[in-house]
Amino acid sequence: MSEPTPVAAPRRSSGAGPAPTHLTGDILHRARQLLALYPEPRSALVPLCHLAQEQDGWLTPEAMVDIAGLVGVTPGEVLGTATFYDMLHTEPVGRYVVSVCTNIACLLDGAVELLEHAEDSLGIGVGGTTADGTITLEEAECLADCDRAPCVQVNHRYVVARTSEAFDQLVADLRAGARDGEIPPHGTLVRVRRTAGIEADPAAVAEERRLSAEARAARDAASGPEGGA
Amino acid sequence: MAVTEAPRIVTSRLGFEDAHTLGRYLATGGYEGLRKALAMTPEAVAAEVDAASLLGRGGAGFPAGRKWAMLRRSPVTYLVVNGDESEPATFKDHLLVERDPHQLVEGVLIAAYALQVTRAFIFLRGEFALGLERVQAALNEAYAHGAVGRDIFGSGFSVDVVVHPGAGAYICGEETALLESLEGKRGFPRIKPPYFPAAIGLYGAPTVVNNVETMSNLPWIVVHGGAAFAALGEGRSTGTRLFALAGHVNRPGVYELEMVKTTFADLIHAPVLGAGIRHGRQLKAFIPGGVSAPWFGPDQVDLPLGQDEVAQAGSMLGSGSIVVMDDRTCVVRAAWRITRFFSRESCGQCTPCREGSGWLERIMERIETGRGREDDLDLLLDACDNISPGVAWPPQQTTICVLGPSIPSSISSAISMFRDEFLVHIKEGGCPHG
Amino acid sequence: MAEPTPAADAAGAAEEETVTFTLDGREVAARKGELLIAAAERVGTFIPRFCYHPRMASVGVCRMCLVEVSGPRGASLQPSCFLEVQPGMTVVTESDKVKKAQDGVLEFLLINHPLDCPVCDKGGECPLQDQTLAYGPGETRFVEEKRHFEKPLPISELVLLDRERCIQCSRCTRFAADVAGEAQIDFVGRGELLQIGTFPELPFTSYFSGNTVQICPVGALTAAPYRFTARPWDLDQVESTCTTCALGCRVAVQSSANRLTRLLGIDVDPVNHGWLCDKGRFVAEAVNRDDRLTEPLVRKGGELVPVSWHEALETAADGLVRVRDAAGAAAVAVVGGARLTNEGAYVWSRVAKGVLGTDSVDAQVGDGLPAEVVLGLPRATIDEAASAPTVVLLAGDVREELPVLFLRLRAAAVSGGSRLVELSPQATSLTPYAACSLRYGPGDAAALVRAVTTGAPAPAAAQDPAALAEARRLVGEGPVVVVLGRPSLAEDGELVADAAQELARALPDARFLPALRRGNVLGALDLGLAPGILPGRVALDEGRAFFEAAWGAVPATRGRGTAEILAAAAGDQAEGPGVDALVLLGADPLTDFPDRRLAGRALEATGFLVVVASAPGGALDHADVVLPAAEAHERAGTTTNIEGRITRLGQKLVPPGQAWPDWMIAAELAVHLGCDLGYDAVAGVWDEIERVSALHRGITPAVLDALGDDGVVAPLSSRPVGLSHRRAPLDPIAVPGVESVERQGAPPRAGLAGPPGAGTTGVRAEADAGWPTLPAPLVAPVEIEVPHVAPPDSYSVRLVAARTLYDRGAAVGAVDAVRSLVAEAPLRVNPHDLDDLGIGAGGAVRLRSATAQVVVTAVPDPSLPRRVVATEFNVPFAGGAVADLIDRTFPVVDLRMETP
Ligand SMILES: Cc1cc2nc3c(=O)[nH]c(=O)nc-3n(C[C@H](O)[C@H](O)[C@H](O)COP(=O)(O)O)c2cc1C
Ligand code: SF4
Ligand code: FES
Repeated sequence: MSEPTPVAAPRRSSGAGPAPTHLTGDILHRARQLLALYPEPRSALVPLCHLAQEQDGWLTPEAMVDIAGLVGVTPGEVLGTATFYDMLHTEPVGRYVVSVCTNIACLLDGAVELLEHAEDSLGIGVGGTTADGTITLEEAECLADCDRAPCVQVNHRYVVARTSEAFDQLVADLRAGARDGEIPPHGTLVRVRRTAGIEADPAAVAEERRLSAEARAARDAASGPEGGA
Repeated sequence: MAVTEAPRIVTSRLGFEDAHTLGRYLATGGYEGLRKALAMTPEAVAAEVDAASLLGRGGAGFPAGRKWAMLRRSPVTYLVVNGDESEPATFKDHLLVERDPHQLVEGVLIAAYALQVTRAFIFLRGEFALGLERVQAALNEAYAHGAVGRDIFGSGFSVDVVVHPGAGAYICGEETALLESLEGKRGFPRIKPPYFPAAIGLYGAPTVVNNVETMSNLPWIVVHGGAAFAALGEGRSTGTRLFALAGHVNRPGVYELEMVKTTFADLIHAPVLGAGIRHGRQLKAFIPGGVSAPWFGPDQVDLPLGQDEVAQAGSMLGSGSIVVMDDRTCVVRAAWRITRFFSRESCGQCTPCREGSGWLERIMERIETGRGREDDLDLLLDACDNISPGVAWPPQQTTICVLGPSIPSSISSAISMFRDEFLVHIKEGGCPHG
Repeated sequence: MAEPTPAADAAGAAEEETVTFTLDGREVAARKGELLIAAAERVGTFIPRFCYHPRMASVGVCRMCLVEVSGPRGASLQPSCFLEVQPGMTVVTESDKVKKAQDGVLEFLLINHPLDCPVCDKGGECPLQDQTLAYGPGETRFVEEKRHFEKPLPISELVLLDRERCIQCSRCTRFAADVAGEAQIDFVGRGELLQIGTFPELPFTSYFSGNTVQICPVGALTAAPYRFTARPWDLDQVESTCTTCALGCRVAVQSSANRLTRLLGIDVDPVNHGWLCDKGRFVAEAVNRDDRLTEPLVRKGGELVPVSWHEALETAADGLVRVRDAAGAAAVAVVGGARLTNEGAYVWSRVAKGVLGTDSVDAQVGDGLPAEVVLGLPRATIDEAASAPTVVLLAGDVREELPVLFLRLRAAAVSGGSRLVELSPQATSLTPYAACSLRYGPGDAAALVRAVTTGAPAPAAAQDPAALAEARRLVGEGPVVVVLGRPSLAEDGELVADAAQELARALPDARFLPALRRGNVLGALDLGLAPGILPGRVALDEGRAFFEAAWGAVPATRGRGTAEILAAAAGDQAEGPGVDALVLLGADPLTDFPDRRLAGRALEATGFLVVVASAPGGALDHADVVLPAAEAHERAGTTTNIEGRITRLGQKLVPPGQAWPDWMIAAELAVHLGCDLGYDAVAGVWDEIERVSALHRGITPAVLDALGDDGVVAPLSSRPVGLSHRRAPLDPIAVPGVESVERQGAPPRAGLAGPPGAGTTGVRAEADAGWPTLPAPLVAPVEIEVPHVAPPDSYSVRLVAARTLYDRGAAVGAVDAVRSLVAEAPLRVNPHDLDDLGIGAGGAVRLRSATAQVVVTAVPDPSLPRRVVATEFNVPFAGGAVADLIDRTFPVVDLRMETP
């Protein structure tokens, strides 16, 4: 055979995931703390995706590879899981994601008209991002703020912008950075850190894992291998 | 009848701007319930909750005491709190997590103690950014206060509580989908059996899943006793309950009302509650318990706000959210929007739900935008029947979870109540409401 | 998730608890815990389904299998694929309500389905198409726009994804995650937009990807090599066994117009559960290649020229006899044969040993293990290995060598049924599933075994006290099955054999599953294609009297194995008398033999070379006579897998040109050597094997027919046969394209009534009268002489050269899609050793032996012990060939590693 062949990474898996290369500094530190909170590392998958969005503004392929290594799944599983969730963006979004709810209560209160106004005034369609990269517009399902319909969130913070004028003002404020204190850039979800109970006694977690595994094994043995689910 | 003088059980602190702080919480009786519970045996605490006949506030209305009793004995057990609140027009848990997070935390700790769980998780809807911060801050304070973590208040009981953010998917409110999501997977509801996470739940361990509002009732119940709670309301529907009122009323909002003693009409019209339909219009229809529920018309407006009473009338109190539609509402549009919601939020694993919801949505869109056909109504109902055979209440299902049979509710309600309006859409080639 | 385990054998089944329930008005008995869909099917009620697969845990998502079930919760529609039969439950499968629900599901599935059946590969064997015809509504009520996706997306070199056709049954993702253990494909998105996807730039490279194509119930996943090559209704098929490796997966071989179009896995309980590896599935096509040898060739004036079979055989016979007469039978040697049928192997064995009189015959090309050890160790079956409480892995990476065995062992480990104890020079694909892994440097295998079994101190590389303690505990608990293979081609096979014998001595109850790789290598050894062995796994001296009677003659003394044969041919004096005539049976020492330079010298020097081959290859350059042979799927007969299971090979294709089946070539050569062996068909060869081999006694054609796909493990006497036999699940869409709906109605094949072969015993007894007693198979390994390994000096590194699935073997090279998967091998080095050299990952190092050197790319691999370096054998190796560094005169390969 004469054709050139690429050098392959070793096929053999050594078991442990590769060390993170993209998530760094404080984000990586917090990622490790999060992992320690759960009896099974995979539970940290969604919180880690939020953290990655805090670092990058969206969920980048590089971050997904890191997360896969940290929680012990394939990058494909991170992608597959993340794309199930509306808040995890595997494509870049603007600094502000503006979500307008058009579900039933908001619909009854003019949400569709407000969304149309938003599209017209921003010059983008739903899902689009303004050319300056500031605003991504989303049509949301019910945001659980129905007494203030039509309901609007910016980066998942509730704002009141029930009329076209109020909406325009909101956009102007966002562009001017007037609400920066209140609304962090997209990706930062929770600014309050866990300050206690993070040292989550690794021995206790290990014991929990062991007992769970035992209980599960006992149950599987009792219900037989075809128990399913 | 109207509005009774029942105590405010879960909203007592909401008059305070700083209700979410530990200082205010302690000043208003906070953590007394937990202290009292810790002085009791876990079984005694559970017995109070059972005596209270506290029906779950998440939608299914299963008695919390009975659910707790079903928790399988196992070396590891979990408590998971359902704060995913995404059912359209439901916004009561939002209020509780943002405004009184310590009450939730205290409730969680009481339950954790009564159930002697290994660890507790509070799963909050990801879009509740402020709620997530408030609950995390409350937990931090509670840890510092000795109310959570190791050796709580010197009682020897220890438990850690973890706040877990969701990431935007309605189906994660379904308790088994929630557990899958908490395990770091996509929120695919688990197939039944097992019917209850109390047998096989988080990581395969026995797990109790309860709603935020259910938990928030616990401090009061422990302080005042289950009997005092059970004395409120009527029949199985005891205590007070949060009702989220939305739509065409003058005063939409969340109201805490004694169960059964109040009617839908009171809620909609009482001046301190809904204060009537806006602009003096008439009531056309209302949804009594979240968009999964079949609709009611003016004829049912005098029904009491009780779980069994509503069920007997052919719908459900569900998540306690009431959507009021006035006489100018286009019901086709409303039902279309609700169908679209289900189509977008179907997890996608079951064929009838995944494909059926999308198909129904497209037929509804066609009718609303003037491209309907005469036989579309039969087609809609037949496709609904293939998702939920009989399209009756209580529903049957061809799907794994009850999102499937929720899809037909609005369509079949709208068609059976307002068939003529559909026909007008079809005949006139568009929506008469403009 | 645990793979459902096969039903226990007959004895176990009798004890199993049974429950009765009512199915469409009749009482049906079922196994406790049996799924309703399976119980119904067993009694002839077929419930339609898409997502259910009998070899994977049910998920109950397609909702096609809904039936009406009345239980404590009243009557409701329940998925029969998920519900276990409960005592007293009443099930209705054909009510109007059920029919409506099923019609509804089909209609829902079809609304977004493209209905491009005429251009879809699946058209004609598509369960969705079939069920639509059988159950579906007549016309579509769907008038809206369907979902659209960009047309087929390649998700690997081998598999294409057509998202529009996907019905989200999750069979492929469950296979990838739960069966293969590599979730490289997964659902992406949610709800209506839920689709299969891969991560950007990480293709679906699993060795098992073809299975997802096979089990996809629609045409969403298609195989690049098969795509558009045929329509199912044009295909003919026979059932056969894949001989790409020695595991013996059952397959359906399909062809159209005498071209092989595809291989599909057949579900047999004891072996492959319906799965195949991609190499087996896709290299089968190599049989179609254009450059097949179609005529006998003889070298004339330096050129190979086509001649008649008569002339070729005459030339071959003359040459062989000339050498034998001049230099003795020991100067004639036969190498190869591991790819022959059993019948071919037997006739070649008889021709070499009985007619030519040489015992220097070896089916292994220096890359296996000493035959007398492999044959003498008590043998385990695959089922035993996949259910033993403790499995000791003393082998290479089974995923690279016997891929489907990896699936079986992985499933056993994941389900918690087996605990794996891995003793290996480097991490393997099973390492993540092992209860404990201990490493050894080349040369130290036996020392490590002693450390585990006797508490002796562990060799340097295995200083993990916890793992060692765990290994001791698990091995002590037993019972133990040892998977025994060749972890490295740079380490003498006798060293591993020695370790195996240590295990056998320490654990008298242990059984061994040989992990040898080449198609019918164990059949060839069983039939005497090894020095010192006669057919029936018999030692030369033990069998001498019998075979002298049966064959007329046998060699007087034990012959030599491949390494010694090649060394003698190359003129190495130390090897004693020279070899001057060599017959190569489908083997090419230039690519297969670890010491490539020795192979080259041997072929250069050999006076007379006969090559039996089906396609051109390196050895042809040196051949004096070339005899064209039929390949797999072109010949009938039987094959033997690693556990000794004998199955029938189906002939699907006519060999090209004048190529002959291997047994016939040998038989005709015998005629030209003056000895007519008297076979007129392949069946006659089997009759003789059954007569002269105690190992094969009783395995008559009738037995093989009765056992069908499962075949039978030789020898019969040691295991019950027939009665325990169970048909594989009869699920027409478990393996779409194989199991037709007709077959569903077929009664299970009858088990055997009387003792096997009872009907023929009388006849045979007469024929056998007057012969010595049939010699018994080896029951203990013949002690081997273990080469002395000098301790490594402190400047050198020791080389591990392991097998990899996609290598430069001839078949891989012949199939474009598979060839493109052959990747260059870097050198893997413990990161500390790299640091010591001051070389970063991806840097170059120079490796030097006494006589050769290469410069290669080095990558860190923390799983390797210090001063052990590893690479893959027979793949492109940056600066040359790893085989250039291997010198067979040393039992291990010590090299200098330096900055270039
Ligand atoms: C589609 C679906 C969505 C649901 N969403 C929620 C929700 O957002 N919050 C909630 O508490 N329960 C929700 N539920 C109900 C939960 O499954 C579960 O019954 C509840 O959390 C149990 O708590 P409780 O007994 O305290 O009510 C949902 C159920 C379904 C089927
Ligand atoms: S009914 Fe719908 S949401 Fe529920 S499990 Fe099935 S597909 Fe998912
Ligand atoms: S739901 Fe049973 S086969 Fe798919």
